[in-house]
Amino acid sequence: MSERRRRGLAPDRFFQDFGLVLIFVVVVGVLVLLSPGAFARPANLIGIIKQASINGVLAMGMMFVIISGGIDLSVGSIVAFAGVVAASLAHPGEYPLALTIAAPVALGAGIGAINGLSVAYGRIPSFIVTLAAMIVFRGAALIACDGSPVFNVSNAFEEIAGGFVGDVLPYLAIYFVVVALVSAFVLKMTVFGRRVYAIGGNPVAAAVSGINVRALQTIVYVISGALAGFAGLLLASRTVSGSPTAGEGYELNAIAAVIIGGVSMSGGVGHWYGPVIGALLIAVIGNGLDILNVSSYYQLIIQGLIIYFAVLADVRSKGGLR
Amino acid sequence: MSVQERAPAPSLLEMRGVAKSFNRNPVLEDVSLSVGRGEVHALIGENGAGKSTLMKILMGMTTADAGEIRLEGKAVSPRDPRAAMDLGLAMIHQELSPVLDMEVAENVFLGREIRRARFGRFGVVDLGQMRRSCQALFDRFSIPIDPSARMRDLSVAEMQIVEIVKAISTSAKIVIMDEPTSAITEREVAILFRQIDALRAHGVSVIYISHKLDEIFRIADRISVMRDGVMVASGPVSAFDRDSVIRAMVGREITNFVPKETVPIGEPVLTVRNLAWRDRVRDVSFSVHAGEILGVAGLVGAGRSEMVETLFGIRHASSGEILIRSLPRRIRSPGRAIANGLALVTEDRKTTGLNLLGTVEENISLAALDRAARLGIIRKSVERTWADDNIATLRIKTFSRDALVSSLSGGNQQKVVLAKWLVTTPDIIILDEPTRGIDVGAKRDIYVLIGELAREGKAVIVISSELIEIMGLADRILVMAQGRITGELTRDAFSQERIMELATPADERTNV
Repeated sequence: MSERRRRGLAPDRFFQDFGLVLIFVVVVGVLVLLSPGAFARPANLIGIIKQASINGVLAMGMMFVIISGGIDLSVGSIVAFAGVVAASLAHPGEYPLALTIAAPVALGAGIGAINGLSVAYGRIPSFIVTLAAMIVFRGAALIACDGSPVFNVSNAFEEIAGGFVGDVLPYLAIYFVVVALVSAFVLKMTVFGRRVYAIGGNPVAAAVSGINVRALQTIVYVISGALAGFAGLLLASRTVSGSPTAGEGYELNAIAAVIIGGVSMSGGVGHWYGPVIGALLIAVIGNGLDILNVSSYYQLIIQGLIIYFAVLADVRSKGGLR
Repeated sequence: MSVQERAPAPSLLEMRGVAKSFNRNPVLEDVSLSVGRGEVHALIGENGAGKSTLMKILMGMTTADAGEIRLEGKAVSPRDPRAAMDLGLAMIHQELSPVLDMEVAENVFLGREIRRARFGRFGVVDLGQMRRSCQALFDRFSIPIDPSARMRDLSVAEMQIVEIVKAISTSAKIVIMDEPTSAITEREVAILFRQIDALRAHGVSVIYISHKLDEIFRIADRISVMRDGVMVASGPVSAFDRDSVIRAMVGREITNFVPKETVPIGEPVLTVRNLAWRDRVRDVSFSVHAGEILGVAGLVGAGRSEMVETLFGIRHASSGEILIRSLPRRIRSPGRAIANGLALVTEDRKTTGLNLLGTVEENISLAALDRAARLGIIRKSVERTWADDNIATLRIKTFSRDALVSSLSGGNQQKVVLAKWLVTTPDIIILDEPTRGIDVGAKRDIYVLIGELAREGKAVIVISSELIEIMGLADRILVMAQGRITGELTRDAFSQERIMELATPADERTNV
């Protein structure tokens, strides 16, 4: 086991870091070859980015939590709750748009803070805290709108996710890129980001080194919650409604993107671009299979197998299996 | 054929011409080792010399590229640890891995649980029978441990002994002990050595890996020395003395094993008054001066680590006062301690010292990141300079600052921990067992470094269970027992006997 993690020769390192990019390029290439007319159409590619963006935003938050050594199962329910709240504040001519945007994000951050405080100071395992939050806030979403979706939103609200820059570039894609770049910067360049890796790698050593582990743990859940609130806003805008049953299973898609992106579930290891590509890959494959007329039942099986093999490849490249 | 020529009485274990490379780096070259029945065979060498790899090959944890292993004259090649166990080989690891929440008896029979006569085939275990069998084993070696005690409640030495019993109960012919005394005190070492003698008397062979030469000369029948993947010397213990072993290990003369230079001692930097933490640290008062090396001796469990951890804000003091340069300070977290110029090199680098998933550079900068950053953004140039400077001055053997710290040897990992604290530019440096489990060369580097820190006018506190080490380094020694300071010795009054006397108050001698 002591040879585990030893940095091997250059080709190994290359594959470990860029293997995922390679897989992505290959998948895209295959899809282009199989259905040149349909897949590579600009409209279709934009659809893919739209499809990937909401999951991608969630995956960025999830990445912080997982690298810190935790997990956040509550994001799907936050998407629903925040979406319902956003739509309720978005009826034409009632509230300023700024509030409609700020409220769901703040709500998500608040729920994230509860999660984070419970994990950091209450010492409850993150799986349990966020599982409870997932159930509680799904209920809260249903109560907030009395069980039925909220319609009648303003045009400005619809524009948030539905708009385009110059008729080609969807706002959704821009949000995703901005969130990804900011996350990358924070994770890679800042003291905060470095400490997230440190507490995920060895929380005791981090604490002894003067790092306020609990404060940091709280903050990563706030980030995840805030991004989930933002994703809820985007989804409500995109679907022109706030549905209490929206976002079901989104937490698992986000986790899948993070895992496919090579981030270690036990924390401390992972690159920012992994979950970005993970989210894109999931969307590309879903879209490609649609185009190839693969039934959605089989799509589930294929998606599951991709996660399985992504993790298997990851474990193998680290020498954990022999 | 040549085996018979060289050794008239066939050895129990014969390893010949063993070679192994990782990534084309040879770690073992044509290594041979021969162990007789009922022999305690010391295997020594600096970290990275290849001892562990050789033992891993023997235990089937990795495969050799070349060479053969003969056990009782028969060629064997264990595929995995299970197969090695079936052959009568057992290994007690440097880092113990007991299941802490299970009973002692359950640990002894882990993986080969005794099943009930009735429902055994459904996997129902017979705990009572396991306890009785375990007790019988303990009786045979007169070990005073309760088989139904929880593993968690045992001391490290007791766990060590349970592991040994576990090895014997698999009817092992050869027990490999990797640094068995790295975590236990002198007195516990004596208990361990009694068990080793008992093993020898029962015809069991022991391969004893250690860095501690005193112990080796006390216990071993034969000594084999490895260096850089080659077996450089092997022979009966009578053929060696301390100097010749060290020469063989490091390949160069080492004089003045623990160098000590006199530096002027200045003002008190840290003063502790009546410090207490629960009932583990009681009424501790002392001060350390600039340029002084203060040793803290005592048995494991005497409260030494707890005392310095309380000082450092890891544990919250129940009462007492801490003064830094005569000003009272409240230290409620390691962050506050660092801000007040303290540094603590903790006892266990793997669990509390390092982020093993991080690189050398990331570990070195971890405690001082704020100082490497502007507006929360890390300045890579500062961080790189810290890493490169420390790799050079501490002679950390790593092929790059970007190498994972887990790829380094124990001694070099320890140097990374030291580097991490040096970049915080502390005035008071506390080192808890700074040379545990590291090789002679790295040890010497660390001794030299400690001397330099004192010369720079820093106040240094060293906790150590190795009396020779602490007597060599310290200007003054505090001895602790049961959470209290039981004595203070100045350099002219240092003696192993006196320290041990103070470390074992009369009322403690009963619960051996």
